[in-house]
Amino acid sequence: MTSTEIRPGSGGLAPPAPARPARHRSVGRSRLVQIAFLIPATAYLVLFFGYPVVKNITMGFQEYTTRTFYTGEAPWVGFANYVTAVTDPVFDRALLNTGLFTVGSIVGQFTIGLLIALFFHRRFHLSGVLRSLLLLPWLVPMIAASAVWRWILDTDHGVLNRTLDLLPFLDGRPAWLTSTTLALVAVIIVNIWLGIPFNATILYGGLQEIPEELYEAGSLDGATGARAFWHITWPLLRPVVTVVLVLGVVYTLKVLDVILGLTNGGPANATQTISTFSYHMSFREFDFGVGAALGNILVLISLVFAVVYLRLNRRSIDE
Amino acid sequence: MTRFSRSRVAIAAAAALPLVLVAACSGSDGGTGGDGGGDGDVTELHVLDYYNNDPNKTVWQGVLDACATEVGVELNRESVPGGDLIAKVLQMSSSRTLPDVLMLDNPDVQQIAESGALAPLSQFGLDPGGIAEGVLSASTYEDELYALQPVTNTIALFYNTQTLAAAGIEPPTTWEELETAAAALTEGDQYGLALSAINTYEGTWQFLPFMWSNGGDEADIATPEVAGALQLWKDLLDAGSMSQSVVTWSQADVADQFSSGNAAMMVNGPWNFGTLAENAELEYGIVPIPAPAAGDTVVSPFGGEAWAVPQTGDDARMAVAAEFVQCLVGEDAVVEAAVGTNTVPTDPSLSDTVVEQVPNLASFAEQVPDLRARTGELGPEWPTQATAIYEAVQNALVGGMSPEDALAQAQNG
Repeated sequence: MTSTEIRPGSGGLAPPAPARPARHRSVGRSRLVQIAFLIPATAYLVLFFGYPVVKNITMGFQEYTTRTFYTGEAPWVGFANYVTAVTDPVFDRALLNTGLFTVGSIVGQFTIGLLIALFFHRRFHLSGVLRSLLLLPWLVPMIAASAVWRWILDTDHGVLNRTLDLLPFLDGRPAWLTSTTLALVAVIIVNIWLGIPFNATILYGGLQEIPEELYEAGSLDGATGARAFWHITWPLLRPVVTVVLVLGVVYTLKVLDVILGLTNGGPANATQTISTFSYHMSFREFDFGVGAALGNILVLISLVFAVVYLRLNRRSIDE
Repeated sequence: MTRFSRSRVAIAAAAALPLVLVAACSGSDGGTGGDGGGDGDVTELHVLDYYNNDPNKTVWQGVLDACATEVGVELNRESVPGGDLIAKVLQMSSSRTLPDVLMLDNPDVQQIAESGALAPLSQFGLDPGGIAEGVLSASTYEDELYALQPVTNTIALFYNTQTLAAAGIEPPTTWEELETAAAALTEGDQYGLALSAINTYEGTWQFLPFMWSNGGDEADIATPEVAGALQLWKDLLDAGSMSQSVVTWSQADVADQFSSGNAAMMVNGPWNFGTLAENAELEYGIVPIPAPAAGDTVVSPFGGEAWAVPQTGDDARMAVAAEFVQCLVGEDAVVEAAVGTNTVPTDPSLSDTVVEQVPNLASFAEQVPDLRARTGELGPEWPTQATAIYEAVQNALVGGMSPEDALAQAQNG
């Protein structure tokens, strides 16, 4: 039930408004025009961002069930929904999984994404075509992709395990989606696959921004290869890295479709995260109050990272 | 000046646009009753169901049309995907646009009845006829009947005739025979048994016949009877007689495994006849789910949908809708629906007519009098306990817990 999301480009700070020339014929009229221009955007934000967020927050304090939809009655219950949510035996597991899933996905996505970006930074034949092929995971609908991944990861008949069978030193078939220890790993792997295009694209853009002259000057002073990376590329790429990491964390925290499609939070809650747990409470058990409470907890966690992002962003603008 | 004022008009219009949109959205609260309108002159009924795939879609269209003709109205039928129905109903109840006739999956009836959105059928004097007791209990909330269910289905044991014949094994009738047969039929890439122990209500549904037949009860699952049933599943898994993937298989996946020869037997229902018929080489038989010991009664849950009359506030339309629902449980409608969609009548006296036409349904039809409602005891609280059951099953099968501990945790957690 989380409706807040921060998209690349639209998230964070709006660019500062350019200073207006003080040549108004009538201050009152131009003020009116300014307000008129503001109204559509404000109305949009209030309707599609403000309302859902406020509704979700209030819903977290209400007993909101199927009955509410017909009678309109949703009694206030204070923090009861939060207590129910937090004391549920699944909650601790879900919180831990959310952490592991986010950290695992981000580390994998970022590392591989950066390596790919660096690789494509040197131009070679067909690099443009290959780079656009890299975007494919982004274009495949997630439900279709997860069906294919389920087929790949199937214990008995999956392509992955059939391939592993050919390895002489490997005994037995890993139960990717049915073992409580491996399932989380499998879900993280799929999410890394899904996140690589985002990381690679943004980091590649950042690399393009670094002036070529710096490398030329560096090479004269003996900074090539790894030294060039650590002393030229990395410091200059840092603002982009911050953006990619913070947005990545916020995206990953709320991932729902990948997990629902692959394991539905199972087996035995091994891949249950706060977002899948929230979905289950709201749309399977129809306990919308508890579902909203879980959603709010997730929003709160995301908010911490969003604030970090805004602070870092402000600092880089100040610089 | 003219130019300037025109731009001001444009700005004002742009500013007002969102308000107009908001007004337009809230203006749709009019209710479905708009057209048919006035008292006594009902010419059309709005019907909502989730039969959006064939053969269900077409067969039910025929059944609904026949009843519409009988009642003397036009139909305005809307079919949504199964997963969207409840969300749609909730949305309709809050905007007061409920349909005149509403189809619901039977375990959802009490929950929607509890919300107040359904009309008690006694006010229209509807007659449930010979519908089995268990089936009626799913449609009853606080002693009032809220829906009528014409046909039902349940699960049984499907077996591959050729595989069993080649191994010289008879279809099992008891748990012990099931274990022996499943172990003997497991070889190479073929498992003895496939079932769905997935972490959704499907997994719970498949576990219920084992749990109930062993004397277990959903109100308290931390009992030796339920643990015994779970132990059977765990033994089957630990012996390698079924794949560990059972914890991720939906019932459709189970049917695929059986059809492609990866499993010699499966627990599944008659809605898979179509899928199984696609494999021309497959020959299969169906027997009831094995009982704990010889002579024990097998108690299975029942599926299928019931038809209700929502509170639309228009008494004339509701009366006609009730007449329409009564027609849907009449003999003609029931037989046509049962034969067309591979389901069995909820009224056992109609079973013979149907089984005559679809012999494969015999194992399902004979269970009807003993079928038990999932919501019979817990009513609207069922979803919570259904979740607890599949979580316990998964914890015991792959989570490394003993059946007793898994069930105790699920019951008390």
